[in-house]
Amino acid sequence: MGALLQVESLNVGLRNGAGVVVPVIENLSFEVHSGRTTALVGESGCGKSMTALAIMRLLPEDFVITGGRIVLEGEDILSLSPKRMRALRGNGMSMIFQEPMTALNPLFTVGDQIAEVLRWHQGLSASAAHAQAVEFLRAVQIPALEQRVNAYPHQLSGGMRQRVMIAMALAGRPKLLIADEPTTALDVTVQAQIFDLLAKLQQDTGTAVLLITHDLGAVAELADDVLVLYAGRCIESGASADLVGHPRHPYTRGLLGCVPHLKLGQRMPAVWSDLGEIAGMVPPLGARGADCAFLARCRDASDVCRSRPQPMLEPIETDHAVSCWRKSEIAA
Amino acid sequence: MTALQTVQSSDDSDFLLDVNDLVVHFETGKRRPFQGPSYVHAVDGVSFRVRRGTTFGIVGESGSGKSTTAQAIMRLVPVTSGQIVFHGRNILDLAGKPLREVRKQLQIVFQDPFSALNPRRRAGDQIREPLDLLNIGSRGERDERVRRLLGEVGLPPQAADLFPHQFSGGQRQRLCIARALAPEPDLIVCDEAVSALDVAIQAQILNLLKRLQRERGLTYIFISHDLSVIQQFCDEIAVMYLGKIVEQAPTAGIFVEPRHPYTWSLIAAAAPPGPIRDELKRRYLVKGDPPSPVDPAPGCRFAQRCPSATENCRIVLPQLDAIRPHHYVACHRVGELDPPAFDAAAMGNPVQQSM
Repeated sequence: MGALLQVESLNVGLRNGAGVVVPVIENLSFEVHSGRTTALVGESGCGKSMTALAIMRLLPEDFVITGGRIVLEGEDILSLSPKRMRALRGNGMSMIFQEPMTALNPLFTVGDQIAEVLRWHQGLSASAAHAQAVEFLRAVQIPALEQRVNAYPHQLSGGMRQRVMIAMALAGRPKLLIADEPTTALDVTVQAQIFDLLAKLQQDTGTAVLLITHDLGAVAELADDVLVLYAGRCIESGASADLVGHPRHPYTRGLLGCVPHLKLGQRMPAVWSDLGEIAGMVPPLGARGADCAFLARCRDASDVCRSRPQPMLEPIETDHAVSCWRKSEIAA
Repeated sequence: MTALQTVQSSDDSDFLLDVNDLVVHFETGKRRPFQGPSYVHAVDGVSFRVRRGTTFGIVGESGSGKSTTAQAIMRLVPVTSGQIVFHGRNILDLAGKPLREVRKQLQIVFQDPFSALNPRRRAGDQIREPLDLLNIGSRGERDERVRRLLGEVGLPPQAADLFPHQFSGGQRQRLCIARALAPEPDLIVCDEAVSALDVAIQAQILNLLKRLQRERGLTYIFISHDLSVIQQFCDEIAVMYLGKIVEQAPTAGIFVEPRHPYTWSLIAAAAPPGPIRDELKRRYLVKGDPPSPVDPAPGCRFAQRCPSATENCRIVLPQLDAIRPHHYVACHRVGELDPPAFDAAAMGNPVQQSM
């Protein structure tokens, strides 16, 4: 079976004040399959949210898609009419945003906001849509739903609001769900509940999920496939267990090394040992040349890296590709 | 074990800060019919002591009162009652000049370096500001100290002439740290100081804070919601829930033998992926959201969400009692409930498996 979503060498640029288009995302290609979760991982500014917005065709003003194809079920999204695109958003794909407070309309009850999706996309009557909205709230495990369906967003806690967002995103029964850092704004115990809920709903509906996160530790558990982005370029991709277990790219290795891991049942050494850190920072937009984007911060950089442009993303084994000149020397 | 013994042998003079039954209530502005005003019980009777040269961690979810505790220590919010003894003096009685003198030794680093810096002032001036306000050194000395501070936090001297928007998030947090260091304080409160930063930058800032602590003998109060950062960074940890400390112990005590059901839930949510985490989540992760801190019900604050709560828990508020030296727990059922087993024998060997 073919992929549900295919992104082929997507290029996105930002038109700056002088009218010059600065690349934001370069040559990004990946696929998302039904019932599976693909994660885009990277630091802020690496282009992961822009990728999501490009797929939804919701890029902010001044951002332009300069090349590539985005194909959802055989339909090239980039050539669709605004009307067809509107129909697709909600039915074909939908999105959960990071901040549920700003993504919900404060002037309508949550029931009305979920019902709106159903009335638009499934042509239900107001009362039928309202009844269905209650069912969706039940599916996202909101307690006391008879009252909650008539509540306004400000009357709900952060976790409840994110559940409402998920209910809204699922109301159109989308084939692709894009979750942009769905738990970043939430407390840790609530985060765990939301991830469990997403996993369960995916199992029930077979939706494909594109998960956007900065937490490389969490993807091992949540995603089937992972792409690591750096400065708008994909530098490593593969099956999540393999990639997290045996990262090859120096950046991926650095990213995993700088996160402290909780150690249970063990005493910590009394002396502090420095966390692994990646010196320097991500090159800003416009300062990204043809060189490997990670060159300036890379500890393993050699003359090969300095003399050649950004390497291609090449497979190193089945289901694991790396963009690094020294990929075969840097052992797993 | 050595840490425990040194704590036991220490006397009072080793404690830099002593917070005693701190209470911070805010009036909500809403009045219930026929009753008095409602209060947000942001901090509700919190006591702890911080040893000189160590890091005291406060962990909890949003609304647990950890930031309000920090702000009360800095005298940035009005305190309802209690004592904050710093350098042997209750700083809650101070005002005006004596309070300024105390602030030389007491500084804070905030969560969001974007809003903690004035966008219209140059970085150097902002680091100089505490020196100017607190009248430290002559003009020439202050400029010299600003240059030195920039170097210490890993920024070039030219950075002094730039504006905040010309720095990245990590660099801005370095500026905030330099500003906090400027009056050479003894105690720095880090209120979620690394939470807004990317993981790679977060590691840089944590390493920087630790190096400064080593070099200058600083004492930190480190507030975070991230258990793994807290475990790495802190010597002693207090777990807060709805304005109360529910468990307090040296770091090893919290992560080897936690005793409060809320601590179990936090650990279950933060455990590294693997079979151990699944098992912990199944057994200990609580459902729902924390209840509102407005006029909380009597009894244990955690009783609504606690899987082990009894009728007694809902009526009687448990006290924070020592279960062994330096390990305090506020739970009626601490004697009956067994702490979770983290050892490999009980549930496979998850740490190795997950890596």
